[in-house]
Amino acid sequence: MTERIKLADMSRRDREPLAHLENEDLMPLPVPLDSPDKDHAWAVLSEKVTGSVECGLDDTCAINIPQPKSPEEENELVRKFLAGLDKLFTRENNWTFLQPLLLSMEHCAKCQTCSDACHIFEASGGNELYRPTFRSEIVRRLYFKSVKHGGALSAWQHGDIEINWPLVARLAELAYRCNLCRRCAQTCPIGADNGLVAHELRKLFSQELGINAKECHDNGSVLQLKVGSSTGMSSLVVKDNIEFIDEDMMDRTGIKVETPWDVEGADVLLIHNAGEILAWPENPGAFALILSAAGIKWTLSSELAGYDSINYGLWYDDAQFARVAIKHAQAAKKLGVKKIVLGECGHAHKALSVIADRVLTGDLNIPRESSMTLLRDIVLNDRLKLDPSRNDFPVTLHDPCNLVRLMGVVEPQREIVRKICPQFREMEPHGVDNYCCGGGSGFAIMSGNNFQDWRFHVSGRKKLEQVLNAFSDCIDPSINKYICAPCSNCKGQFRDMLAYYDLWNKNRILYGGLVELIVNCMVDAKPGFIDWEWH
Amino acid sequence: MSVLVYAALCAGAIVFVVATAVRAWMYARTPIHLRWELYPVPHEDPEKVKHGGSYFEDKDWWTHRRRFNLAGELRVMVPEMLFLNALREHNRKLWIRSFPFHFGLYMLAGTCGLVLVAAVGGLAAPAVMAGTLAALLHVLYTACGVAGTALAVTGAIALLHRRLTDPELKTYTTPGDIFNLLFFVVAFGVLAAGFALRSPQEPGAVAVVRGLLTFDTALRVPALFGAGLVLCALLAAYIPLTHMAHFVGKYFTYHSVRWNDQVNLRGSAIEAKLTEYLTYRPTWSAAHVGADGKRSWAEIATTNPWEGAKK
Repeated sequence: MTERIKLADMSRRDREPLAHLENEDLMPLPVPLDSPDKDHAWAVLSEKVTGSVECGLDDTCAINIPQPKSPEEENELVRKFLAGLDKLFTRENNWTFLQPLLLSMEHCAKCQTCSDACHIFEASGGNELYRPTFRSEIVRRLYFKSVKHGGALSAWQHGDIEINWPLVARLAELAYRCNLCRRCAQTCPIGADNGLVAHELRKLFSQELGINAKECHDNGSVLQLKVGSSTGMSSLVVKDNIEFIDEDMMDRTGIKVETPWDVEGADVLLIHNAGEILAWPENPGAFALILSAAGIKWTLSSELAGYDSINYGLWYDDAQFARVAIKHAQAAKKLGVKKIVLGECGHAHKALSVIADRVLTGDLNIPRESSMTLLRDIVLNDRLKLDPSRNDFPVTLHDPCNLVRLMGVVEPQREIVRKICPQFREMEPHGVDNYCCGGGSGFAIMSGNNFQDWRFHVSGRKKLEQVLNAFSDCIDPSINKYICAPCSNCKGQFRDMLAYYDLWNKNRILYGGLVELIVNCMVDAKPGFIDWEWH
Repeated sequence: MSVLVYAALCAGAIVFVVATAVRAWMYARTPIHLRWELYPVPHEDPEKVKHGGSYFEDKDWWTHRRRFNLAGELRVMVPEMLFLNALREHNRKLWIRSFPFHFGLYMLAGTCGLVLVAAVGGLAAPAVMAGTLAALLHVLYTACGVAGTALAVTGAIALLHRRLTDPELKTYTTPGDIFNLLFFVVAFGVLAAGFALRSPQEPGAVAVVRGLLTFDTALRVPALFGAGLVLCALLAAYIPLTHMAHFVGKYFTYHSVRWNDQVNLRGSAIEAKLTEYLTYRPTWSAAHVGADGKRSWAEIATTNPWEGAKK
């Protein structure tokens, strides 16, 4: 492990990474990963990467900022960064988050209460670089020095920091070492929010310098606004895929399913994370089956972005966020539906239900609801015939941060799982105190360079510990186990992390959504909807 | 000496009130931000507060009448203010140092109130204030003042010790942080010493406040006690100019951010504000934003630069 990193190290002019982690440094894991030897070695960044992009932070590189070619270029980037920092504190440019940002800048007592709440800091073995306040303290010092034009007295009161390109480049990377789960903010006695600081930093880099994670921007929100979905599926392709899924559902369940498209005046416009359609087709298929069997008048939309609920702008860019949210609302408005229901996608829930609440005005302000509540209504009111004995295997429930801590949808999914899963057990802690899966804020879709190594070893480690603990009484591979994760991004993280540690083959730990469990115990469906095969 | 003490006390009080009000006003006038609440939100339905749920848990939530659960909010807010519950729950090692410090400050604020009551009462209704009531007040403010000073000074020293010795805190500690805590120790220490060491014939706290209210320049304030009062006045003026004004910030972080789940309804005051904000003209430079200082947020958000572009 590297020596304790100091704030001033961020301005170090050499290109050597500030932090380096070995498996021995990390938080220990329970059985069967209870020794650093059982963990994977980290892939090392190639010389091509280290020689061309900024990798001066730690063992990985998330956003690939090209190294400036001259001191003049460096100075220009620093100037732009400082201009962007100024803009973060003006109402014209940042009315969206000005107040909470100001409060977090001006009132942190540096008590470090938040540190213990951070899964990344804990999993890293307490590496200073990943302390929630480390990033915030740098930004705070920059705020007082550059935005408030503080002199020597301000530096004495608030601390000083040398502003140069290495600092700016490292800060850009460091903004992508936080899952934005805001567990730290939940514990802050004053209410300062380090997650918000990371979020605003990402915005600054994206909105002023055009620096962002390619997976979130070019292959994410831009692609969605270009063709309709971050998966690259046009409306024609998505309709084809759904038709195939409907047929597959008929084969697997014996129940005819026909997904309705563009039904005007429907009660429900269901919007999935389109990633489900490609990666986990049984999820939209199960939704279709359940809603149809329950007699809901529902529809999908083939409008641009109307069939993909993702809104990656939530994590890095207000303009992109607002554009996508408006597209979703316009799709609903065009069909004249009574409400939008969000499928199993946590960030889409928060984006459209909570954050967009103060973006959508007038006739775009169409009611939005979680699928968790709709499903609870269906299951608990016995609108389907269910046989819980079909789900008689150990099940634990993952709480997506965006759905639970950041939106307050905690019980509906639990009520369903308690009713239909006889061997349900909670992770500890859970509910609003949950830990992020480690894929939050875009990490689940980010895998450039060796970033996956970091997100499995560090950001996902705490969740992995929780999962293994939840199944500690049945870790034997003779028992099939199921992590219910009602969120596409979380599922992506579980898929990749369980595969990385080979936990399906060695311990029979599978993951999936909530609707799959419901269909699996539907009396009218053929048994065995969950096929216990690795996907 | 008395004029200096009076001037310092008045200036300290005025700067404290004005700077606190300015800080609060500055936060209050910032735009209504996008929602950024964190659950549990204690003014939710009591049944939901138990597990941290929100109205989003209700099917067709927009058709339900929402009730603001004031009792729930008070149940969290009052203990938080008095006993720093969040710190106790999440950082016990710091809480055992921070709680006495803050509670000591509350007691000293209470002492100021009691002293003011005794002084004003003595001037306005000397007959009423004579005898038992005066003696009772004297006991109360003396006990409150002594206990408050002891707690605040002990807490400040303990906090200073931790800040200087705990590597977790040391990295983030500035000279200003050390000065701030020392300022408390010195100001309260000098005040306490001055109060304790003055002779029985010399004026105490009530006499000084009475002297201030009547501008009695003949009053001879003992030097050490006077120095303590001046230092405390300076401290009062200094606090709202620093991050120690988190008693102001905390109101907003809790009520305007963490617990702000107010829904934007059609035709509401929030919607009117948002409509105004959407006319703002940002100047972000990245090309994809398309902000040139002339286009409004509404124009930017409703423009899709990629619509119709080939993949």
